[in-house]
Amino acid sequence: MSMSAWESTLVLPVSPERDHIRGPVDAPVTLVEYGDYECPFCAMAHPVVETVRAQLGDQLRFVFRHFPLTTMHPHAQAAAEAAECAGAQGAYWPYHDLLFENQRRLALPDLLARALALGLDGEQFEGELLGHMHLGKVQEDFLSGVRSGVNGTPTFFIEGRRYDGAPDVPSLLAAVQRVLPRVAR
Amino acid sequence: MAEPSTRQPRGLPPGTAAPDFRLRSTPDQWVSLSEVLGNPTILAFYPADWSPVCSDQMALYQQVMPMFQEHGATLFGISVDSAWCHQAFREHRNIRFPLLADFHPKGSAAEAYNVYRDDEGVSERALFVLRPDGVIHWSYVSPIGVNPGADGILRALEDLEQSKVAS
Repeated sequence: MSMSAWESTLVLPVSPERDHIRGPVDAPVTLVEYGDYECPFCAMAHPVVETVRAQLGDQLRFVFRHFPLTTMHPHAQAAAEAAECAGAQGAYWPYHDLLFENQRRLALPDLLARALALGLDGEQFEGELLGHMHLGKVQEDFLSGVRSGVNGTPTFFIEGRRYDGAPDVPSLLAAVQRVLPRVAR
Repeated sequence: MAEPSTRQPRGLPPGTAAPDFRLRSTPDQWVSLSEVLGNPTILAFYPADWSPVCSDQMALYQQVMPMFQEHGATLFGISVDSAWCHQAFREHRNIRFPLLADFHPKGSAAEAYNVYRDDEGVSERALFVLRPDGVIHWSYVSPIGVNPGADGILRALEDLEQSKVAS
């Protein structure tokens, strides 16, 4: 068998039905991040992604999928599920931003306080979080990441191919711009 | 640009009998490959303990362990670090599978699998999936700075299972 060479590619296609998408749903380029809300490198990558999004405008759609590294980060799983609870009330992205902007506070009361700060229904949020209503979604994200060659957090995929470059604005922007001529309509 | 002075090791290819080794798994315990075969075995050679957090290959494998175990596979990480270094690293990163110390003679196991970097004194980032009988089913040498992830291992384990069913 000739399995000694392979390229890590996204095995679960991006779908508006299951994924959280930031930017136009039909943008020519798709950037997917597998990340962990308790990972300091993901928090550092958060403003990088936002800057790249601002520079590319409608040419880019950004997708965040969960890859909680629970052996290292005790709050990562609950934070991922909490983001999905916020998503159930239509506030996934504002909640996602709040998690990365204050990453040191991720205990359960902090997760609930953020939901209240966004004006969400606290009772519903807490019920879904404690009942692990979104555990399956987070696990599906994680497994799809493993199968796609996610090798730590954050791991990015540009148009389905794993990006192994540095997670800084010039490198990531250049990598996205390299595929633009190929996909531009 | 000058050619590198040392040869580039590529790792033993599939179909080769996996060389036996006996390495420390803790300061007072040893693991012999020949004694642990009988199930699919994954050998993950890596350059050193204490690479940056969150992109650490061994921590990722700990997290993915249930997926390896579905195939009945046993995993060993191997680097030239000492058993004491491995012990501290495992405790710090909550790694529960064995890390083997290819410490003395330094790099001898990596050498046997043709993944030792003489010039740097560390092993390549190399993966081997062994059949239960100890023959290499799949091998992969990653660029040393790139954590190869777990997908290649999982594909190899699946392929191994299918070939078992077919035969």
